[in-house]
Amino acid sequence: MATTIRCDIVSAEEEIFHGNAQMVIATGEMGELGIAPRHTPLITRLKPGQVRVHLENGEEQFFYVSGGILEVQPSVVTVLADTAIRAKDIDEAAARNAKEEAERALANRSDALEVAQAQAQLAQAMAQLQALEHLRRSLKH
Amino acid sequence: MAGGREIKTKIKSVQNTRKVTRALEMVSASKIRKAQDLMKASRPYARLMRQVIGHIAHANVEYKHPFLIERDTVKRVGYMVVSTDRGLCGGLNSNLFRKLLGEIREWQDKGVEVDVVCIGQKATQFFRRLKVNMVGSVTHLGEKPQIAQLIGAIKVMLDAYTEGHVDRLSLAYNDFVNTMTQKATVTPLLPLPPSAEMVTTHAWDYLYEPDAESVLEHVLTRYVESLVYQAALENLASEHAARMVAMKSASDNATNAIDSLTLIYNKARQAAITQEISEIVSGAAAV
Repeated sequence: MATTIRCDIVSAEEEIFHGNAQMVIATGEMGELGIAPRHTPLITRLKPGQVRVHLENGEEQFFYVSGGILEVQPSVVTVLADTAIRAKDIDEAAARNAKEEAERALANRSDALEVAQAQAQLAQAMAQLQALEHLRRSLKH
Repeated sequence: MAGGREIKTKIKSVQNTRKVTRALEMVSASKIRKAQDLMKASRPYARLMRQVIGHIAHANVEYKHPFLIERDTVKRVGYMVVSTDRGLCGGLNSNLFRKLLGEIREWQDKGVEVDVVCIGQKATQFFRRLKVNMVGSVTHLGEKPQIAQLIGAIKVMLDAYTEGHVDRLSLAYNDFVNTMTQKATVTPLLPLPPSAEMVTTHAWDYLYEPDAESVLEHVLTRYVESLVYQAALENLASEHAARMVAMKSASDNATNAIDSLTLIYNKARQAAITQEISEIVSGAAAV
């Protein structure tokens, strides 16, 4: 009976972590998820937040992700982290920009976009702060 | 001295050209390493992404996403073309465009329309002149392309695919084999090629949070993005490799040209001196 689960955390631009873990905790779209070995297959989106990995030797590591995908197989957890801030409106604006560059026209940013951008940045900043707070606390002990 | 001065200026100008090509060669030689590192750094993501997609392909997925379904009639195809921003990299771009044009012609002969999204200035300049429908473009990715720069261009195509404007999507880029070889590659992106049949021991499916549709949409979008990003990195490494090789042969050619020009110059100088002497001698004899 396996007591650890393989954990891979990567982003498109670099490999962040790989190794065995007792438990992986991440912020899913629907709430916090704790993945223990032999979890049933699961796939979900991640919200900006931290991924905590309980290592075999009882240590805990924190990683900050700005969203991404979490895939769980009974023996392996894969976190595909995003590197860019993503939100529907922002993606659409990027698409519009690409179109407009093709048409050689100037981008016309809407208010909805700015709100979405601000919200995404806020969420990211909050999560980063939380991760920092956690680190600070764990360093004190 | 016949044309002595002209030959001299020619030598000077070839020497200047050689300076430029040497410099470009060395710049690319130093940048290629960084480009290769970037390429390597992004490989784990691509590998794990493929693994996840492989799992999905084998799962008994309750929801059939449009990206997974092959369409019977093809009315319009899409190409994402990754090219360089700058020239002076040998036949890198033209090889790719030639290969792509062949495919585009084939589709057009069948009455299928073609949409392209251009990544890089060279593709944008090239396809502007052609009778294809350019729906999006991104340029100036720089030395360190970021996925955020590509999202827009990819979304244009994915939206067109989801809405049914485009029935098939391919990706064209230069695959970095090694420093001497870059391979112009056109690979299908969508619909996802059906995976090799595996003997399913039991039918299983994921737990989806929040639901299969939105999660699969998200995962498949990221999958396509990662492929395009990887292509952009491969293309960047190819660009530097190709430029290095092209500039090296340009420098070598310049050296050869300088050698033969110097030879001509010396011959001309010799001929002028000989002529002058014989003139003096014959002048003296006449007196």
